[in-house]
Amino acid sequence: MTKNVGSKRLVVGAHYGLKEWVAQRITAVIMAFYTLGLFLAIVFTPDLDYAKWVGFFNFTVLSFPLGKILALLALLSLFYHAYIGIRDIWMDYIKPTGIRLTLQVFTALWLLGCAGYAADILWRV
Amino acid sequence: MSNTVAKKRPEYRNIHVTQILSYRLPLAGKLSILHRVSGAALFLALPIILLPLFDKSLTSELSFEEMKAWVANPLFKVILLGLIWSYMHHFCAGIRYLVLDLHVGTDKYAAAKSAASVFAASLTLTAIFGLKLFGVF
Repeated sequence: MTKNVGSKRLVVGAHYGLKEWVAQRITAVIMAFYTLGLFLAIVFTPDLDYAKWVGFFNFTVLSFPLGKILALLALLSLFYHAYIGIRDIWMDYIKPTGIRLTLQVFTALWLLGCAGYAADILWRV
Repeated sequence: MSNTVAKKRPEYRNIHVTQILSYRLPLAGKLSILHRVSGAALFLALPIILLPLFDKSLTSELSFEEMKAWVANPLFKVILLGLIWSYMHHFCAGIRYLVLDLHVGTDKYAAAKSAASVFAASLTLTAIFGLKLFGVF
């Protein structure tokens, strides 16, 4: 039997939020690799035009849409990373619970909207 | 128990917004708050500037040209320069934090030095991308 239930439940501790802390760092590393990859692709593509630019995002490998999936994973990392970061800002500066919750909900909606928009952009090309 | 008149204990309060400028932050502190500011700026710019720009660049050859026309606007260039700085600062400072999380360079002098390096790197990168943006090379 776990000792962390009912009246024994641990309600305080610095490890609350560890998941978000780790997630923010992992998403950062994913974005860093994707951006560096994209940057190198741009730098080493001579005469970059529309067709070549689109090619960075809609290339496929064995008819699997790898370009879109990689971009989507990087963008989803961005939105999760931003959610944690903005949530931390609200937690640090906004003390009234009602206002804080409202801002956090708007942040989540804002970023979910961005995720929908990003997916729409990627799957139109 | 002869000393009954207690010395007045110092009172510590949070820094009020109006006092921010009179407090001198160490360089790492400035880097930290700018990491926050740049992150917030990028968050706000995402659906109003960055994703629409990405949209225009990808949708069609025609919209690709529209994207170029947007970027050619001097006012838009200034906004983009601000976002480029935000990105560079957030990126470089973020890498510093990842290294600090590995317990590397956490002593006072190493931390001050790495903070200075981050400013040097992010400002240099911003200058390079900015010069490219304004068509210097």
